[in-house]
Amino acid sequence: MDWFLILSSLVKIIGLVFLTILPMVAYSVYAERRVSAFIQDRLGPNRVGFNGLAQPIADGLKFLLKEDITPAHVNKFYYWLAPCLVLVPALVSCAVLPFGSTLDLDWLGLKQDMKLVIADLNIGPLFILAITSLSVYGIVLAGWASNSKYPFFGGVRSSAQMISYEIALGLSIVPILMIYGNPNMGDIVAEQAKNGWALLPFWGENAVFRWQDGGFVYAGGKHLLLLIPVFISFIVFTTSIFAETNRLPFDLAECETELVAGYHTEYSSMKFALFFLGEYAAMIIGSGFAVTLFLGGWSLPFGLSAGQVETVGLPVALLQFGTFLIKVVAFIIFFIWVRWSIPRFRYDQLMKLGWVWFFEIALFNVLLTAGILIFLNSSTIATP
Amino acid sequence: MATKVVQRPKLSLGDKLYLPTILKGLMITAGHFFRMFRGKTKVAMQYPEEKWDENLPQYYRGAPALVTDEQDRERCVACQLCEFICPPRAITITPEEIPNDETWAKVEKRPKAFEIDMIRCIYCGLCEEVCPEQAIFLRKDYAITGLSREEMVHDKGRLYEIGGKREGLVNKWNDLK
Repeated sequence: MDWFLILSSLVKIIGLVFLTILPMVAYSVYAERRVSAFIQDRLGPNRVGFNGLAQPIADGLKFLLKEDITPAHVNKFYYWLAPCLVLVPALVSCAVLPFGSTLDLDWLGLKQDMKLVIADLNIGPLFILAITSLSVYGIVLAGWASNSKYPFFGGVRSSAQMISYEIALGLSIVPILMIYGNPNMGDIVAEQAKNGWALLPFWGENAVFRWQDGGFVYAGGKHLLLLIPVFISFIVFTTSIFAETNRLPFDLAECETELVAGYHTEYSSMKFALFFLGEYAAMIIGSGFAVTLFLGGWSLPFGLSAGQVETVGLPVALLQFGTFLIKVVAFIIFFIWVRWSIPRFRYDQLMKLGWVWFFEIALFNVLLTAGILIFLNSSTIATP
Repeated sequence: MATKVVQRPKLSLGDKLYLPTILKGLMITAGHFFRMFRGKTKVAMQYPEEKWDENLPQYYRGAPALVTDEQDRERCVACQLCEFICPPRAITITPEEIPNDETWAKVEKRPKAFEIDMIRCIYCGLCEEVCPEQAIFLRKDYAITGLSREEMVHDKGRLYEIGGKREGLVNKWNDLK
């Protein structure tokens, strides 16, 4: 038995999932309400605690104390299973998100080093795609087991939407994997820390411009060409993440204006809260995924983290964790910002956007990346 | 009838690409956000902390109340006009005769009980308008609360407590000089 592996994994799981992501879920609901209120010239919840900061706790208490109704006409087994199937995949997929490089455990008197990622898999993005697709089961089962028309519509729409956008999502990260030539997310972030984020390749070895003799000089535009497919990827990826997490402008699974509350119409109290948690957890994981692939994960900008790729001490590890969290929070704010700015899509528009536009663009983007990589002589650029 | 053909607006390339218009929309919402963030947006009154009380207009129609005159006489003579005109029938008056040995025996009638059901009252002010004695007024009290239906029925004592004393207005019962 490798006790170190088990114990360190436990520490990381508790630290990341229970002490970071679940509180973040609660407070992203608060942020959602406050930001949406500010955008609409309202104040939002500002009563409980200082500026309403205790509101998530009050909400949680309310959910726990409310009556848990199981309607008589539902299929009990699947009705109870569905909320778990929404929440669990969302939380499981955070296992491969690197939130720091490698922590040196000398200060604890231990020989081993701890990689700051729960599971250091070599198939990171594939793992996330595989697990997040599972959450569609929760929504479909919730819609079907509720045995009433609005949840059913919500579930069916949601499954169609998630399956359609998964293709675009999967294809949009292929260019990133081609450029870095490595599907290990920790290694992708390490590369970005050294040689510039995928979206901002402006420092390190392959920088476009370099500071020299008191001015910027052109230093070979290898990554400038690659920036085109990366940017297309980023747009397709971000939009697909919106669709995957059933957020506005693609909230056809819930669409309050048509389907009452969509797939969770029949749910109450803590089971409803689980759907809510799952939705926001998926949003946080999606943000973490985007940050890791496109915005350099835990690394500071301008190559400041270039020396932190190998083992680091506790303060630096905390700094990396903080950097990662700040980026994720910024991305969540962006999620909320978009939700309250853009009107909803109609169902056929959504399908057209997914199948006619994003699928083709993502496919073309893969070919474009391949062409550019061949043009740039892939042997030098594959490991930038 | 002449038919007017309305042309669909022509979309520019930026509109067709959709992303620039999304950016425009995001900028607008961000503008609203930061205006609010800097406290430049006027927001709704924060009720328990801020109240209307100081700014209520003179003509504000709040809770109806009975008033006494300058000699502490009940102005109400129990004519029941308000009871009859009250659209939601919120007012119930039980009249009684004033005994001959009392100071204001010449007024002849006064309410034995005067109840206004504040759950029913619609604050229309018709009672105030119809009263020949100017005995009932709509005051500025608007937060009428209670834990039971019985508590929400204002009896005579409560009505006089809200109303207080009003001087002048009707002089016909005063002694001749």
